[in-house]
Amino acid sequence: MLKVDIQKALSHFEIDVSFKVENKIVVLFGASGSGKTTILNCISGIDKPDKGKILLNNETLFEEKKIFIPIQHRKIGHLFQDYALFPHMTVWKNIAYGMKTEKLAKDLMTELSISHLKDQYPHAISGGEKQRVAIARALATEPKLLLLDEPFSALDDDTRTKSQKELLRLHELWQIPIIMVTHSHAEAKKLGDEILYVKEGKLQDNKIEKNPPIYQ
Amino acid sequence: MDVTNLSPLWLSFKTAGIATIIVFITGIILARFIARNAFPGKSILEAIFMLPLVLPPTVVGFGLLYLFGKNGFLGKLLMNSFDFQVVFTWYAVIISAVVVSFPLMYQSAAAAFQQYDSNIENAAYTMGASKWRVFWTISFPLAWPGLLAGLVLSFARALGEFGATLMLAGYIPNVTDTIPLAIYFAVESGNMELATFWVVIIVTLGFTAILWLNWWSKRNMMRYTDRRR
Repeated sequence: MLKVDIQKALSHFEIDVSFKVENKIVVLFGASGSGKTTILNCISGIDKPDKGKILLNNETLFEEKKIFIPIQHRKIGHLFQDYALFPHMTVWKNIAYGMKTEKLAKDLMTELSISHLKDQYPHAISGGEKQRVAIARALATEPKLLLLDEPFSALDDDTRTKSQKELLRLHELWQIPIIMVTHSHAEAKKLGDEILYVKEGKLQDNKIEKNPPIYQ
Repeated sequence: MDVTNLSPLWLSFKTAGIATIIVFITGIILARFIARNAFPGKSILEAIFMLPLVLPPTVVGFGLLYLFGKNGFLGKLLMNSFDFQVVFTWYAVIISAVVVSFPLMYQSAAAAFQQYDSNIENAAYTMGASKWRVFWTISFPLAWPGLLAGLVLSFARALGEFGATLMLAGYIPNVTDTIPLAIYFAVESGNMELATFWVVIIVTLGFTAILWLNWWSKRNMMRYTDRRR
């Protein structure tokens, strides 16, 4: 379980959020520039909050002026908006970079049907393939939490629908908490077990909207 | 034409080579720590780094003489600690070359490290990679085209250094006579043939370096760009 209670001053407003995530898909939903990405970055350790506390499975990742576990020790998978694949490495090298075991990495590639791309470089594969490589790369490290920053925004409609279904399937399989950032309302409703509305860095009355996941 | 003494060629290559190695390493380290972080006084520090690029080499030489001369701060320090004098030695040639070529390396390295998306490094960190591993497997290879450009430019600049070298190292045949100095003093003594010989060599070297750099960067800069978008 993830517990987040953080404050961070940005140039135009202050981020001040508090929420818990269990083994569910929680969607951070809000307009561009509302601080969603910064919240994700604070959780994975790329950014540092000013105040507050972040707990993951009873381990403190951040506590004001006391604890700041560096990114590389947090065991959090982070999928970036443009995937941030290593452009100078093949698909296999990308996935193998932080893999726990070779078997897991290979299973993930089969699972996500990207095994045939293993010797390709990122510039030579399609957007949907890149996204699947990025997901495989993140899961191969056996993260305790997965953060997805606008994971479907760069995809065409067909690929997006397919990828969304795949995410739900993977979540069933892995049973880890997932936080997904999106500015699409439809996507939030479709994928989120819980939706947190973010506006100018604040959660809007902690409104939680439950949806039956579409695969049930 | 009788060119019996090739020592300027050897000395030029030796000093420019050593200077380039020093500048390559310090330029990368400083660009890494300074270019990506914000702190008070950063602009002033960067302006100081770039100063040798815009100042006349004689001014750089004057400053170095002021520092390393008999009464200079570093000059005294080296004299008292190691009984060593820099001025009029081939070490002075290296120091001059380092100072004038550093801005080119720093500028290239700072730009090279900003050329790619910093989330590529962050992604590697989230996968548990150490800073050292991220630097060697991600940052360095991705910045390499820019770093190599800086390396070649710095070497060419170090090879061509004249003003600061003359002020700090003087012209001592077989000790501090780099090719640019050899040209000047050959002309001064009326030996146009010798001067021409060195001019042809240095023009050829410079031209080849630039030509190769242009060819190489055209081939490599676009290596990882997305051709499908």
